[in-house]
Amino acid sequence: MANLKELRGRINSVKSTRKITQAMKMVAAAKLRRAQQQAEAARPYAERMARMLGALGQAVAGNPDAPKLLVGTGADQVHLLVVVTGDRGLAGPFNTNVSRFARARIRALESEGKTVKILTVGRKGASYLKREFASRVVGEVSFQGKKRVGFEDANEIATRVTAMLEAGEFDVCTLIYNRFRNVISQTPTGQQLIPAELPEAKAEAGDAQAWYEYEPDEATILAQLLPKNLAIQIYRALLENSAGFFGSQMNAMDNATRNAGDMINKLTLTYNRTRQANITRELIEIISGAEAL
Amino acid sequence: MATFDLELVSPEKLLLSRPVEMAIIPAAEGEMGVLPGMAPMIVALKGGVIRVQENGQTTERLFVLGGFAEITPTRVTVLADEATPVASLSRAAAAARVKEAEAAYDAAGSETPETREAAMDRLLAAREMAAAAEAA
Repeated sequence: MANLKELRGRINSVKSTRKITQAMKMVAAAKLRRAQQQAEAARPYAERMARMLGALGQAVAGNPDAPKLLVGTGADQVHLLVVVTGDRGLAGPFNTNVSRFARARIRALESEGKTVKILTVGRKGASYLKREFASRVVGEVSFQGKKRVGFEDANEIATRVTAMLEAGEFDVCTLIYNRFRNVISQTPTGQQLIPAELPEAKAEAGDAQAWYEYEPDEATILAQLLPKNLAIQIYRALLENSAGFFGSQMNAMDNATRNAGDMINKLTLTYNRTRQANITRELIEIISGAEAL
Repeated sequence: MATFDLELVSPEKLLLSRPVEMAIIPAAEGEMGVLPGMAPMIVALKGGVIRVQENGQTTERLFVLGGFAEITPTRVTVLADEATPVASLSRAAAAARVKEAEAAYDAAGSETPETREAAMDRLLAAREMAAAAEAA
């Protein structure tokens, strides 16, 4: 049986661990709220953008020289996967889930004989995927040291993807990230970015939606709108990713705190039993010593 | 007077959503006054100031840095890349941006006409911003 001093040391160390996990849980909860607000604030823009794109898409659909961002290159050979993960660990299964999802996707694509290229966003996914697919990773982005992701960050990634498309480096682009369902559940999702999946233009009652005039003209506007749409999709994924990350971290830390509590209880019980056993033993020794006299 | 709903959204938030009488928006091919009942249009915007008029007076001035506007008879939605109320524009930030854009334009001198044009657009937008900050 462990001696008392050792037990005391262990109880103390578990106690300080519990303090840390508790603090991390609080911090994650506060950051989660902020991330959720940010995601909320970005929604109106994305919705309006989808509506406009729907109207425009119909106008140029079937046009042979529609922009590449909309229709892709027409081939389906080289796939670019943009994998979004967290920059830090200690968030339960959050990072592993996306990375595993990405790995399954890569395997599936490669078994079909396609070429895969990977652009990682966030440090954790980068290190996971590099272990197995180092040769396919074409770029890494990380927001380490940044307080919050802004639209500019998403824009930067979008610019990079667009440049790669212009250079003919891939045919299909898919975004892989954790979709934020609620605080306790995030699901890894793959969303195709290029060729763009056009939202259906909803016909609004009483509005002659289909008859827009364009200034300067459809093609020019579309050429400006598409990169923006790409950026906003990425932005949304980044926001969902960060909200999901904090949600998952909060959960993980909550569990850890609870486990530490259980552990402390168990250790304290053992500690007290040992202490009692020691006292009893000493008493027996004293009594039997006295009797022997 | 008749009104229409004006919505101004940037990627980061919804800045304005309420009925107004008239809005003047900086369309790519010149400023454009929008009144209720306009024919549906989608226009590109350049950097400039959106002026909102209510009761015959300009009640709100917001600077936008490019974007799009969707106009229908009853509603106008402006998708701005970046939007700030003119009153809170900072002169120093605007000046810094002009300088940056000028440098970028000079650097783009030997590039393709498209990149040069994009740099020019950015420079003009930055100058608009500086002018708006100056006037505020």
